[in-house]
Amino acid sequence: MKRVKWVLERLPALSLFALLLVLWQFAVSVLEVREYLLPSPAQVYAALTGDDIPWSRHIWVTAVEIFGAFTIAAVAGVLLGTMIAWSPLISRALLPFLVFVNTLPKVAIAPLFLIWMGYGILPNMLIGALIGFFPVVINTAVGLSQIESDLIDLGRVFNAPKWKVFAKIRIPNAYPYILSALKITATSAVVGAIVGEFVASQRGLGYVIIATQSSMNTSVAFAALFWISITGLIVFGIVAMLTRILTPWANNPDHQ
Amino acid sequence: MSDQVIQLDRVGMIYQADSGPVEALSDISLSVKRGEFVALVGPSGCGKSTLLRIIAGLRPATRGSVVVNGQQVTKPIDAVGMVFQASVLLKWRSILDNVLLPAELAGLNPKKYHDRAYDLLRLTGLQDFAQKRPNELSGGMQQRASLCRALLLDPPLLLMDEPFGALDAMTRDDMNLELLRVWGESSETRKTIIFVTHSIQEAVFMADRVVVMSARPGRIAEIKPIDLPRPRTVQVRATAEAGQLSLEIFEKLTGRKTM
Repeated sequence: MKRVKWVLERLPALSLFALLLVLWQFAVSVLEVREYLLPSPAQVYAALTGDDIPWSRHIWVTAVEIFGAFTIAAVAGVLLGTMIAWSPLISRALLPFLVFVNTLPKVAIAPLFLIWMGYGILPNMLIGALIGFFPVVINTAVGLSQIESDLIDLGRVFNAPKWKVFAKIRIPNAYPYILSALKITATSAVVGAIVGEFVASQRGLGYVIIATQSSMNTSVAFAALFWISITGLIVFGIVAMLTRILTPWANNPDHQ
Repeated sequence: MSDQVIQLDRVGMIYQADSGPVEALSDISLSVKRGEFVALVGPSGCGKSTLLRIIAGLRPATRGSVVVNGQQVTKPIDAVGMVFQASVLLKWRSILDNVLLPAELAGLNPKKYHDRAYDLLRLTGLQDFAQKRPNELSGGMQQRASLCRALLLDPPLLLMDEPFGALDAMTRDDMNLELLRVWGESSETRKTIIFVTHSIQEAVFMADRVVVMSARPGRIAEIKPIDLPRPRTVQVRATAEAGQLSLEIFEKLTGRKTM
């Protein structure tokens, strides 16, 4: 019964997707669009399954960059946000600096990272982390501070030490805020990894796309895009799963 | 001497607002005996909630002296239970874990308080909801859980800030009876309760004394002893004496003669 409902709920989206694929294939055949301009779904599928490109190697590199960028952004963001919420002094010292870093166009820093660290996975990871960490910092700090004053009084009535109020009240209270920031970070990590590969790399899905520019192999570029979005969806799915585990009270529609 | 749990002597409180200093409380003198149920009523802005927090040591008084259990209050006092207008339960915890929170915050082993927590939940009819989350409970049940939390460490003093103010009238009447039952009206070991409310009827029905406050600045207009018989039942609430007392307090609060 549940599975039937699951399928029924997704049926409209799946039908639309199938319809678009059919229209796309039909348009390309009827209008005789050349493959290097717009490949047909069939041609993209052929590129996906063909062995001209060692897909697994490129997917692996990009996936490591994306997951690394996401993890660094999440850990650094939560740590910095906690420090900001912990002490007004740290907040005053750190926040203007972070706001300044955030106003820099991170994409423009990418070439610098490559000068400092050379080609490879690490600079691309760091670019993704740099793009994605700021929302986590802000949301962590806000989530830790948005506490009803009565709850803080409750902590004071029991002479609870500050760390205990953080551990038992403030941090769980911040979960929904942190998780909604991580959804943005999941997307930023993908952007950062691909931008890094665009700037300079010899491996990864971003590199594959850049390489097709000279070979005019547009089908391969589409196939690479497909893999990028699959990797991005997996990161997004992990955040969604964390949300269900950490904040079961917030997303159960039966109990709103 | 030891019979006086709370002694307020000419307590005043001035806070700095954007427009300048505001006198929230002025010249409050009040003594509360052990086991006494005192209700504070008054219009909004009369500082009754502030007074409660001053007694708890959560806000400093700017004038006068506050003595609780023979000790001058300078920091949050020990052994007090607080219930607020909102239940302020932690929404990620089960009802049981919410009730156990004071033990955790006070650095005690919460496992040792399981039995006590279950006793309280049973007393308030929540035993079947121990593992539920707050958002699965009605407003009245949430406030009961909040009461259990305040009672967990068995504090001799209970400070309640409009605890039933957000509930509908019928639930509120139920909760009044329930609080009296939990309090153990005629018991020797009953707790001292300071109960802030804006409902005159609620104050008259439950309290031994009703402190009537006036606003701007908040001062005590009158202290009215309520000598209705205990246990207070629905019948007591309906008596002419109870009605007469409510009327007198109403006249004092509004300055209007009703007869």
